[in-house]
Amino acid sequence: MKKIYKIEVDCANCANKMEISANKTPGVKSAAVNFMTQKMTVEFDEGADITAVMKEVEKNCKKVEDDCVIYM
Amino acid sequence: MNKKQKKMLTRIIISAVMLIALAFIPVSGIVRFFLYLIPYIVIGYDILRKAWRGILNRQIFDENFLMTIATIGAIIIGIINSGDYTEAIAVMLFYQVGELFQSYAVGKSRRNISELMDIRPDYANIELEGKLIKADPDEVAIGTIIIVNPGEKVPIDGIVTEGSSSLNTSALTGESLPRDVKAGDEIISGCINMTGVLKIRTTREFGESTVSKILDLVENAGSRKSKSENFISKFAAIYTPAVCCIALALAVIPPIASIFTAYIDGRAGVWIYRALAFLVASCPCALVISIPLSFFAGLGGASSEGILVKGSNYMEALSKTSCVAFDKTGTLTRGVFEVNAIHHHTLPEEKLIEYAAHAEGFSSHPIALSIIRSYGSEPDLSRVSDFQEISGNGITAKVDGISIAAGNDKLMKNLCIDYKPCHMAGTVIHMAVDGKYAGHIVISDILKPNSVRAVKGLKKAGIKRTFMLTGDTKSAAIAVAEELGVDDFRCELLPQDKVDLIEILLGENPRGTKLAFVGDGINDAPVLSRADIGIAMGAMGSDAAIEAADVVLMDDDPMKIVKAIRISRKCMGIVYQNIVFAIAIKVLSLILVALGMANMWIAIFADVGVMILAVLNAIRALFVKKL
Repeated sequence: MKKIYKIEVDCANCANKMEISANKTPGVKSAAVNFMTQKMTVEFDEGADITAVMKEVEKNCKKVEDDCVIYM
Repeated sequence: MNKKQKKMLTRIIISAVMLIALAFIPVSGIVRFFLYLIPYIVIGYDILRKAWRGILNRQIFDENFLMTIATIGAIIIGIINSGDYTEAIAVMLFYQVGELFQSYAVGKSRRNISELMDIRPDYANIELEGKLIKADPDEVAIGTIIIVNPGEKVPIDGIVTEGSSSLNTSALTGESLPRDVKAGDEIISGCINMTGVLKIRTTREFGESTVSKILDLVENAGSRKSKSENFISKFAAIYTPAVCCIALALAVIPPIASIFTAYIDGRAGVWIYRALAFLVASCPCALVISIPLSFFAGLGGASSEGILVKGSNYMEALSKTSCVAFDKTGTLTRGVFEVNAIHHHTLPEEKLIEYAAHAEGFSSHPIALSIIRSYGSEPDLSRVSDFQEISGNGITAKVDGISIAAGNDKLMKNLCIDYKPCHMAGTVIHMAVDGKYAGHIVISDILKPNSVRAVKGLKKAGIKRTFMLTGDTKSAAIAVAEELGVDDFRCELLPQDKVDLIEILLGENPRGTKLAFVGDGINDAPVLSRADIGIAMGAMGSDAAIEAADVVLMDDDPMKIVKAIRISRKCMGIVYQNIVFAIAIKVLSLILVALGMANMWIAIFADVGVMILAVLNAIRALFVKKL
């Protein structure tokens, strides 16, 4: 299952940090943040609860970049 | 400017005005401290909060932490010594000015690039009970008739059923010439309809349409990181803790050492100040921000030219290309058969073609079709009589009452006409007019107009070796290879032979350089994925190509290969400039600060200045039109 989310992030490096922490979140198979299009593509593990996983992703992203927004 | 940036600008102005005003207010002691604390909090509260959060989340060493430690340290020195807090506030102020500038510049170029790639259609018009309704493209089934008005984007791939128009394909291909379509033509999503209303029968779902594939590709381009970017990430991870340790050493070791030697200044305040200035100077912003930005601008600039690079790693590889291997048919040649030459003709060329086109007028053979195409208009079949097609030989017919024979050697032999053999590669059609030999027409696949220029351009761009691969016969291959001026070629290759050959070429390629393979992507997928860089051209509408290739050229102009390499060189040039420049200035200012030859002001100027220059330099990668 793959989903694309619109995000708001100010700097390219912050986008990198978000990508790293999204990838570390359990339930996420792989995540990619595209700074240019301001989008986060998340591929979830088989059978993962998407809403719950995304909440964790958001929490982890906020940890590394306080200003970021993920539109769900 | 967005809301966040406007707010930051207001904070900067308020804090700067207060700082200047406070310089004229003669207060001292604790009142002075609290008065100065106001502009400090105004300008720095978010940095302090982020640093605090960072500590809580065990993400300690980042630029917020550095700025917090340095400015708080400077304030403490102010309390102990002179009561001068200006420096701490000014450092924070300049830091924020730099951040604001950076966020503005990045946001602006990001929007510019996104606009260039703004091909996502928002709706598809469907006719329902005589009324036009706007439907979500995602919900349009295959075979639905959609209507595209002038000025609208074509939302889904399909076939035109009604209407004719010009299409603007510049967002897809970077090509500014409009493309004409009429009923029966295939149409690709992402083009903008310019002149007439079109009715289109969709042949794919939105998710499978060209526009979705391209958007998907662009959106995932950021996920493949180049070595340079990984280097920066690793560098930043060890750099910040390292400078913190050095700063600590700078604050502690010299005062202790001064106990044993008189040559070192023993005042602790001096060394603590230097350590703090060192922290300010150490901020790695310029590097961390400008490298991803350079790649992002380079990828964006390339896509505005119809060159889609799937990630910054391929951008890096492309810049190191030393050998380019081409597929012949469809890449360097048009892949369609056309009249290429007319030899030994006794009549004017136009007349000969006119006779040939009329004689072949009733035939639907591909050869006949290419002769008719070359004639330029529909043959007037009322002029033709006694048409006879002799299978495997050719055609005899009467045009305007004159007997014409058009066909191969066998036909000429059967008719006992003395013909001249041809030395050129291709299909030869001998012509006899009124029983006499009138020359022959050579039909072959012809080179694209820019192929020769492209091969020359590659040489000029420093590509060491150009190589042509083809499944064609030797004579055809030699002719094309000579005309193009490629270094070497292999012919009569089966698809699997091509993969083996690429393996050999990869082995021969010098270390540290890359091999690019350019194909039309239709049956080259294995070769495209085996080469260091697979470049697919003319990819509009071809899914296989988009998937297998690393670099996708949206139209089929071979000059784009040269352009792609030039863009990658420019982009990588900027990346290296920024790395060297930022590190050199950083090291210099760190040394000056540690030796006490520069204060915190100079440190912050150096930091913000380098960052602004590096960001401006990075944005240069966006401008690729003239390459």
